[in-house]
Amino acid sequence: MSEGTKPDYWQRDVVDAGGLNELTTLNLGPTHPATHGIFQNVLTLDGEIIVSAEQTIGYIHRAFEKIAERRPFYQITTLTDRMNYCSAPINNMGWHMTVEKLCGIELPKRVEYMRVIVMELARIADHIICNTIIGQDAGATTPFLYVYQWREKIYEVYEEVCGARLTTNMGRIGGFERNFSDLAWQRIRAILKEFPPVLKEFEKLLVRNRIFMDRTINCGPFPADRALQYGCTGPNLRASGVDYDVRVADPYSSYSDFDFLVPVGQNGDVYDRFMVRQQEMWESLSIIRQAMEKLDKMADKTTFRADVPDWVLPPKEEVYNQMEALIYHFKIVMGETEVPRGEVYHCVEGGNGELGFYLVSDGGRTPFRLHLRRPCFIYYQAFPEIAKGGLLSDAILTMSSMNVIAGELDA
Amino acid sequence: MPAFAIKADRDQLVTDRLTAAFGADLLSHERLYDVMCFTVVKERVHELLAFLKNELDFGFLTSICGMHHPGEALELGLVYHLHSMHNGHRIRVKTYMALKDPQVPTATDLWAGANWMEREAWDFFGIKAVGHPNLKRILNMEDFPAFPMRKDYPLEDPTRQDKNDSMFGR
Amino acid sequence: MSEKTIIPGTERGKPTIVAPPEGHTGSGFFATTVEQAIGLARKNSLWPLPFATSCCGIEFMSTMSAHYDLSRFGMERLSFSPRQSDLLMVMGTIAKKMAPVLREVYTQMAEPKWVLSMGACASSGGIFDSYSVLQGIDRVIPVDVYIPGCPPRPEQVIDGILKIQELAANESLRRRYSKEYEDLLTKYKID
Repeated sequence: MSEGTKPDYWQRDVVDAGGLNELTTLNLGPTHPATHGIFQNVLTLDGEIIVSAEQTIGYIHRAFEKIAERRPFYQITTLTDRMNYCSAPINNMGWHMTVEKLCGIELPKRVEYMRVIVMELARIADHIICNTIIGQDAGATTPFLYVYQWREKIYEVYEEVCGARLTTNMGRIGGFERNFSDLAWQRIRAILKEFPPVLKEFEKLLVRNRIFMDRTINCGPFPADRALQYGCTGPNLRASGVDYDVRVADPYSSYSDFDFLVPVGQNGDVYDRFMVRQQEMWESLSIIRQAMEKLDKMADKTTFRADVPDWVLPPKEEVYNQMEALIYHFKIVMGETEVPRGEVYHCVEGGNGELGFYLVSDGGRTPFRLHLRRPCFIYYQAFPEIAKGGLLSDAILTMSSMNVIAGELDA
Repeated sequence: MPAFAIKADRDQLVTDRLTAAFGADLLSHERLYDVMCFTVVKERVHELLAFLKNELDFGFLTSICGMHHPGEALELGLVYHLHSMHNGHRIRVKTYMALKDPQVPTATDLWAGANWMEREAWDFFGIKAVGHPNLKRILNMEDFPAFPMRKDYPLEDPTRQDKNDSMFGR
Repeated sequence: MSEKTIIPGTERGKPTIVAPPEGHTGSGFFATTVEQAIGLARKNSLWPLPFATSCCGIEFMSTMSAHYDLSRFGMERLSFSPRQSDLLMVMGTIAKKMAPVLREVYTQMAEPKWVLSMGACASSGGIFDSYSVLQGIDRVIPVDVYIPGCPPRPEQVIDGILKIQELAANESLRRRYSKEYEDLLTKYKID
């Protein structure tokens, strides 16, 4: 590397040719501040160039799939929260939709739009974390302190809708547990109004910032064919230039009613991943706005779930005073709800990509088998290939731009 | 109107091509909800996956997961979800094996992403992917004594002392 | 946080002024015990080591960031090196695979050290009563303060930290040499 010039980025061919052989081994993780999650990387380095990486994961393996086999369907929502905890509502809704698909429950349009609003807010919250952390790792702390506050605003919406901040356990199979309050709508409107200037300013800070661009462009590039080989989905795949988005490819929850773009990148480098997420936040805002408009036009302002008494615990005052409600309460709690036999695969576009639920039901109160397709788990295995030939500091940046969430990684 | 779309013509095409190519080794095919599901003998599963990938454009491996059906002759199963992004078409491929001989050919030569999925199946169910470059446990500890996702393995932590039957009536 | 519930001494825009410990004041002097002076210093300059593993870590990020601003309590500086930190904040599920790592981190910390267990998972295993999850970190290391919640709200985290500060301020200088403390460490097989 000559003095004063940019390093010749990503010397994969040099590594492949065996040109590097003064090797040292460096252990990164499992509790390294730079890894943003607990997983271990044993890196082999020549100087500062990564020759190979070996990952160890499973440091917070919590046995979701095993626990799910012992929980009734409606209790599994709490588990899905804790998978990708940055965007818990998407996981919740994904699971509810899986059960609805299994049982053939159809939702009113209003509920689907409400879901879309919450899911898009969750996507914004997820991308805020990832992009501000990219800034943080590239040396810019301001965005983190400044933009991260907007997660708090989104939390306030969650709180008004379901009472929780982070692990929301939002909604029920068949819709929501209650209607959105006026305050919730006000807060959503406030976000629609006040967040775009902040996002704009965030972009002003980083997008055309020379230092940031030098640091991230050509950093950790990943070509589309390799990304597909590794099963990457979500923003990471779109940054490589493949326009695969579950919301468009397999529309769920009436996403086909909305008009939005699927942003794609070119090289799949850190800058592209950052930009794809950034654009997606704009698209999400636009989707929320469209959904609000559609809801405003609807005469119905009260429906918040499908008519599925078999799945939603009735309010306590009804349980104590009405026989019907007591029967349903009993049926749900004792697991007498009839579930069809069968198997479904349903996927939603999570914050990190295709979040799939493969549910096998034997007609019992718990799933016979639930397999979770966690996008992190699948694309993180590409990390050694992406990091190879790059500098150590850039590998850290690559890792944070991939948005590896330990809870989703290890399940 | 169901909440999902069925691609009947693609399903028919795939079924016809697979039945023609694999004959009796294709044990069954049925549509479960929106996805066609094929069961194949485990000896030919790799061949079938390669056929799907190369001939029928299923270029994307969505996931691989293990299954355990206790009490059946072929207890363990492996389920592949494939996706053809060009056609927006998903299918499911299953193969079953006996508990004594849990071996399938690896799919890592077809998809690099199969690596960890097969390691997970090994970790959880003890299904060996023959030819896998690095088949060792992935989520559990290296010296973990059992395959925890099999149905006979208990879920709960055995070291808890605060849960005794007299208190909870279990 | 609404304006009415501001913690004393942390009003917005004003520097935190810590009340002096008990002692004798005269013209030009102030006498107190070494213990109290050191307690005061320790209390207000805790260096936390965030051992964030999962969801609670995100809630800790909220606590750290501008909205809740943990640096009001002299905790501006996160120490990622165990050797320089006083407070181990364990946030999130600790799996059995992670337990030896956590223990190692704890033993690397220099005395005096405190441990804060944030969230249901770290305190008791939480909802994850499964073969792979450690049922509470107090099985491997001693814990000073538990914060319940799944995950706890930032206000709860701040409350837990105030509790730790109280412990730090009032701890006897001889405590770490006492037999009880030694017995505690022996119980956990930590030398």
